Amino acid sequence: MATANPTMFQASDLNHHNERVQRRYRLLFGLMTLLLITPVMLILGTLVVKGGGAISWEFLLTAPTDGMRTGGVFPALLGTIWLVTVALILSVPIGIFAAIYLSEYAGDNWFTRTINLAIINLAGVPSIVHALFGLGAFVLFFEFGTSILAASLTLAVMTMPVVIVATRESLQAVPQAFREACWNMGATRWQTIRRVVLPNSLTGILTGVILEVSRTAGETAPIMFTGAVFFTPFLPQSVFDQTMALSLHLFVAATQVPGIAEEVPFGVALVLIGLVLTMNSVSIAFRMWLRGKKKW
Amino acid sequence: MGTTTQALSTRATDARAAEDFDRRDLDWYIDKLIAVIVFVCGISAVLFVLGIFFFVTKEGIGFVFEKMDFREFFLTPYWSPSDAEDPEYGILALMAGTASVTGLAMLVAVPFSLGAAIFIAEFATGKTREALKVLVELLAAIPSVVWGFIGLVIMNPLLIKWFDIPVGLCVLNAGVILGLMAAPIMTSIAEDALKAVPDRYREAAEAMGATRWQVIYKVVLPAAKNGLLGGVLLGVGRGFGETMAVLMATGHAVNIPGSIFDSVRALTATIAAELGEAVVGGEHYQVLFTIGIFLFLITFIINLSADLIVRGIRKG
Repeated sequence: MATANPTMFQASDLNHHNERVQRRYRLLFGLMTLLLITPVMLILGTLVVKGGGAISWEFLLTAPTDGMRTGGVFPALLGTIWLVTVALILSVPIGIFAAIYLSEYAGDNWFTRTINLAIINLAGVPSIVHALFGLGAFVLFFEFGTSILAASLTLAVMTMPVVIVATRESLQAVPQAFREACWNMGATRWQTIRRVVLPNSLTGILTGVILEVSRTAGETAPIMFTGAVFFTPFLPQSVFDQTMALSLHLFVAATQVPGIAEEVPFGVALVLIGLVLTMNSVSIAFRMWLRGKKKW
Repeated sequence: MGTTTQALSTRATDARAAEDFDRRDLDWYIDKLIAVIVFVCGISAVLFVLGIFFFVTKEGIGFVFEKMDFREFFLTPYWSPSDAEDPEYGILALMAGTASVTGLAMLVAVPFSLGAAIFIAEFATGKTREALKVLVELLAAIPSVVWGFIGLVIMNPLLIKWFDIPVGLCVLNAGVILGLMAAPIMTSIAEDALKAVPDRYREAAEAMGATRWQVIYKVVLPAAKNGLLGGVLLGVGRGFGETMAVLMATGHAVNIPGSIFDSVRALTATIAAELGEAVVGGEHYQVLFTIGIFLFLITFIINLSADLIVRGIRKG
C-alpha cells in the first residue's frame, strides 16, 4: 500500500470523454432554458415599449371616452378589484379550512385521495367549462343574474385550489413536535391548530392568497357570461350589479372596437400584466423572506 | 348555549376522577363543531366538481337525449348553428382545430420545458437557479388573455412578414403561443418531479464515479419518469382547455387544417364566442353545453390518468 499507483488518480481517456459529454449536455439544456425564456422576455419588452406611453395616472383614473376608442380604464380596474375582493371573501375561508382538513384531520386513505383528485380537477377543468357552470348554477339556477356575485362565485370555485395547495403546504411544514407538545398540555385539536399551527404558517397562507389574487385578476372566460360586460356607463354599487373588468376589457379592446387608438389595448395589457406580476413578485418575496427567518 | 349548561351539569354530577378525563366543556364542543366545519370545507372540492358536472349536464342534456345524433355530432365537420332552417352541429372540425393547436404546442413545449427543468434542477446552482425558478414562475402567471393579445398584435404581423401569408392567425400562431404559455407550467411540474428523486440516489451514483450527466441520464430520469409523464399530461390538459389565447390567435375559422398556416377554430373558443348570442334553453345553447360536457369529461380523464401515473411511482 505504501507504493500507491500514481496513475490511479489521473483522469483516463474515458473520464475525459465523459466530462466532454457532460459539458455538451449542460450547454444544450442551458440553451433550451434560454430559448424558452428569451422570446417571452422580448415579447414583454415589446409590450412595454408600445404600451408604456399610454400609462399615466389619467389612464388609470378616467373612464373610456369616444365609444371606448380613447380614454382610460378606471371602470375596468375598479371592476376587477370588486371581482377579486368578493371572490377572495368567498373562497379564502373555505380554502383554508379545506387545507386544515387535509393537513390536520384527514388520514391517508381513498377518501383523501378522492379529495386531492377533485382539487386537481378543479384546477384543471377548462376555464370555459367553469363559465358554463357559473352561468348554469349561479346566474340561472340560484337567480343571481349576471352580477358581480355570480362572477365572483365562479372565480372563487375556479381559483380555490391555489389557496388550498399553498395553505396545505405551509401547514405541513410546521413540525409535528409543535402539535404534540401542545396536545400534551391538554389542548384540544382546534386549540392546537388555532394557537400553534396557524400562527406558524400564516405567512405561507398569505403567499397563497396573494397568488390567488393574481390568478383571479387575470381570468377572462369565467366572467364573460356571469357578470362582466363589455361596457357599462355605471360603476358597480353592489354585488348585484354588472361590471367591466380589465381582462375582458383587453379582449374587447383588442378584437371588438374598430378604430381604437393603438396604444389603448397595449396600455390595458400592460396594466393587467403589471398587476399580476406585481402580485406574484410580492408573493415570491414573501416566501423567500419566510425561508430566511424559519426557526426550525 | 344549551350545550354549555348541559356540559356544566354533566361536569357537576360526575365523580372527580372521571371529570379529569371527561372534559366536555365549551372548548370540547367548539373542537367538535370546528371538526364538522373543517370536514365540510374539506369535501367542498369534491362537491364543486360534482356541481360543475351536474349543472353543465343539466343545461346540455336536453340536446343529448332528444336531438343528438352521435355520428353527425362527432364525425361531420359542418358547424352552422345560426342557420335558421337547418342548423348543423358537427364538431369534427372543432376537434381537429383543438387537436392541431394543442399538438403543435406540445411539440414546442415538451422538449424545451423538460430541458429547462433538467437544467434548473440538476445543472444550475445557487443564484442562477433561484433566478431561473422565479423567472419561470412569473412567466407562468401571465394571463391567457394577454397571450391572446400577443398572438393578435405581435405574432400575427411577424408571421405575415416571415412566411408571406395573407393572415397570420393560424395553427402555427396559436400553437406557438400556447406552447410558450404551457412551457413554464410544465417546467415547474417537471422540476418538482426531478426534485422528488431522493438525493441519496444521486450520491450513490456519484460515489461510483458517474459524471453529472450520467447521474441524470442513468439514475434521475428513470426514477422521475412517471412524474415527468404526469407533468406532460397535465400540460396537455391545460393546452386542451385553454380558451382566450386560442380564441384570439387561431383565426376562428371552422376548418380542418391542411397545413400549419390554416386558420382553425377550437372547441373552447366556440363556446366563448357563441354563448353570448345563443338563446338560453335553445338548441344552440344546449349544444354549446354539450361541448362543455365533452370538454369536462376529456380533461377529467387526462387529470385522472396523470394522477394515476404519478401515484404509480410512489407505490413502485
